[in-house]
Amino acid sequence: MSEEYRFIGKSTRRKDATEVVTGATRYLNDVKFNDLLHGKVLRSPHPHAIIKTIDKSRAEQLPGVKVVLTWEDVPDWKAGTPRILSVLDRKVRFVGDVVALVAATSEEIAKQACGLIQVEYELLPAVFDAEEAMKPGAPQLYDEQPGNIATPGTSAFGPKSLKYVVMGDVEQGFREADVISEGTFGYENIPNPIPPEPPGAVAVWEEPDRVSLWVSNQASYLDKILMYHVFGKKVEVRTHGLACGGSFGTKIMSWPVQTYATLLSRATGRPVKVVFSKEEHIAAFVLRPGSRMQARVGMKRDGTVTAISGRWLVDTGYYSSTTQAQVAVGCGEIQLMTRCANWDLQTDIVYTNRSASGCVRGFGGQELKCSFIPLLCQAMEKINLDPVEFIKKNYVKPGDGYFWRDGAWYVYRGIDYSDAMERGAEQFGWKKQWQGWLRPSATAGAKRRGIGVGVHGNADIGEDSSEAWVRLNPDGTALLYSCITEHGTGQRSNYLKMVAEVLQLPLERVSITPADSLINPFEYGPFGSRGTYAIGSAAIAAAEDARRQILELVAPRLDAQPEELETVDGIIFVRGNPEKRIKWGAMGYDRTIMGYGRFDPDFTLANCMTTFVEVEVDTETGKVDLLRVVNTTDVGQIIDPPGLEGQLNGCLGSSGIDSALFEETVFDTSTGHILNANLIDYKWRTFSELPSIDNVVMETAVASHRFKAIGVGEVATSPGPMAILMAVSNAIGVWLHEYPTTPERVLKALGKVPGKSRAGGAA
Amino acid sequence: MAIQKKKVTANSGRISLLVNGKPVEFEIGSLPHQVDTSHTLAHTLRETLGMTGTKVTCDNGACGSCTVLIDGKAILSCMTLTVECQEGSITTIEGLRNADSGELDPLQQSFIDHTAFQCGFCTPGMILSAKALLNENPSPAEEDVKEALSGNFCRCISHYQVLRAVMAVAGRGGGHV
Repeated sequence: MSEEYRFIGKSTRRKDATEVVTGATRYLNDVKFNDLLHGKVLRSPHPHAIIKTIDKSRAEQLPGVKVVLTWEDVPDWKAGTPRILSVLDRKVRFVGDVVALVAATSEEIAKQACGLIQVEYELLPAVFDAEEAMKPGAPQLYDEQPGNIATPGTSAFGPKSLKYVVMGDVEQGFREADVISEGTFGYENIPNPIPPEPPGAVAVWEEPDRVSLWVSNQASYLDKILMYHVFGKKVEVRTHGLACGGSFGTKIMSWPVQTYATLLSRATGRPVKVVFSKEEHIAAFVLRPGSRMQARVGMKRDGTVTAISGRWLVDTGYYSSTTQAQVAVGCGEIQLMTRCANWDLQTDIVYTNRSASGCVRGFGGQELKCSFIPLLCQAMEKINLDPVEFIKKNYVKPGDGYFWRDGAWYVYRGIDYSDAMERGAEQFGWKKQWQGWLRPSATAGAKRRGIGVGVHGNADIGEDSSEAWVRLNPDGTALLYSCITEHGTGQRSNYLKMVAEVLQLPLERVSITPADSLINPFEYGPFGSRGTYAIGSAAIAAAEDARRQILELVAPRLDAQPEELETVDGIIFVRGNPEKRIKWGAMGYDRTIMGYGRFDPDFTLANCMTTFVEVEVDTETGKVDLLRVVNTTDVGQIIDPPGLEGQLNGCLGSSGIDSALFEETVFDTSTGHILNANLIDYKWRTFSELPSIDNVVMETAVASHRFKAIGVGEVATSPGPMAILMAVSNAIGVWLHEYPTTPERVLKALGKVPGKSRAGGAA
Repeated sequence: MAIQKKKVTANSGRISLLVNGKPVEFEIGSLPHQVDTSHTLAHTLRETLGMTGTKVTCDNGACGSCTVLIDGKAILSCMTLTVECQEGSITTIEGLRNADSGELDPLQQSFIDHTAFQCGFCTPGMILSAKALLNENPSPAEEDVKEALSGNFCRCISHYQVLRAVMAVAGRGGGHV
């Protein structure tokens, strides 16, 4: 907070604010196309089957139907990691898998035509549990992946992509331990962020081999690259990223809907729109990976972790695309929160006959830690260790190292978050309320209160590459070329704040290009929390480059050296002698200046979010109420206060904290059907149930960013679920091991209804 | 959210509405320019009239995204048939600003001032639900606002900033939420 900025750190209105509040923002389904056809997907009612025959003749004869496509009609395009999933296949692998595609003049006709397609299936046995799927004799989803185990690693992270955490001597570590805890814990309720806007795409095919896609995604440039690979590297792809009505990571997995629109446009020669219904969105799009961990942890009385061994089992559903990458990042993240010299943590990614898992807010770490922290808690209980002391001691410190996603070892050079954790604990009143493990913080009749804490961080704030250009115009305006869609974080506006700060231009005089992959340079997109540090640094570098160029250009006119010059509000002057000045227009009406900026990956920095929660449990009904949340973090420098608050308050929804309270995808393991694929049966938090939230934000300058800032958006949701599990366990005096903490589970743990919760324990 | 009972006149062959103050009349039928008896108000607004400010999220009456006003009261346009709205005066998000001056409605301005949105997809429905509340009760307590907005789904969690925005207009200054 040492530097005074004109825009950075100030509350400024979002550039798109007027459009948002007047309904003028254009999301995918709001764009008009001439001659548009509507596409629909016929989906499998069976979890595992071979399509024996498809008769599409009746559907084709329906007036208004332009084409019906089945696996027999499409090119050999493949998706997945490894690339083994045909975009339309003869085999279906989950209830909701694609069987046929229809394009018609209206959505209703397309829907009706789907009902006229006759399909004969040969049913196959299905498997719905990851451990069952690994057993000999289990139904096999892919011939290429025996045992239903996905090939580990992803080429995206290089040949040594992290697949496990192995270092030191685990046996020695366990010998040094004062206490060992072990057990199996899971985070398997496959919660769904369910952004309001459904997945969708519009495709316009141009013969012989080009397609333009209008997409709803947080990372629209990446779609261009992903789809190029799905299309066998034989199709040139241009993407138009529109305003995105929420993604939370999920829409990065938009290749199916983009493929369907492309196939239908290719077959009809007309623009085709495919937008999933809410039922398709919930039951046939992307879920969180199922996470189960069987592990053993050794700990000393002072909270030093001496050894971690075990296996992390990840259920990816019917295919994997990003799951290997999520396992790599998860394996890195677990090291960030647990300083330990001896590790033997193995992983398996397993296929099952349900809708696929993939990229969902948080990228592996939330899944892993929601399984891992309960195990740590049971060790802490044995030595009566306060969890806040544990996380302060064990979260990565400058000089510590970790294996990151590419398998390389990195030495951490970021912020020491102990101070932020301490400040958050004070704000929450942790010390006053903490009564020890499995003890309520307060009791009133049948009501018990409990507190819990969780921590999460990711060294993703500097991951992957970004490029940007900044163009200076003679009229004293600037244009940022950055392939960024607005998906809710306000970052399109924030990059303009950064550019305006560098150029000292009023915000009204800076603007940004549409997220069109044809006109913009490479942009990986706002994955994780990389927006501020990685994408922002590219925009800043481009603005600095442009500034340098214009100063060099006009320096002779002012009889000065470029380094003696300043520019403010489109006027360049000699520092200390502002009478010697010239407007940007001096560059000439026939010239623009283009600055270029690039960011290259840097894995030596991490963010950190610590979340404290207080719950009240009704021990008669089993209902859990979340009363209070304190999030604490350090962002280096706040860019936009209201935007940051929105991101931090986001800790509740989009499969964050609420995934430990009531959010779950209810999957019927006898039929393979998802039972709550609508917004009535899928539970979500309403205005009437808001807990109090306090956000404690520190600003310890991060030297390597021009404005000393790092991002925290992704991690806001991650520490909460494990904190809730801890708080509810403390409130009722019995360990809960499963998410979410529904009344049924609470009453089971209290022995008030029959049934057993999963085993786990400390020795 | 009760719909004011109007005489349904599907058989009359025409349907007349006032949309954001402008009279609109359709023939009832299944041709592209006509309004089908199965068309929801959301469909008519978005597809027939091209007013895409009204958003459809769940298409199932659960999420409030498609909220519009009919005679000043909030309704779910995805659950309302257009033919049920005969002679109704409909206000959508596009019609909230002052038609003459172009000035934003105080609620719209307050949503901007409080950054009471993130992805913005639920925002039109939020604003119109809040507008319906203020039409009925210009000085609601915070609990009234929570109740009125409890049918509006937001996944980014802009609830806290929305409450402040609405309470600021309600003249209560927006206490701690």
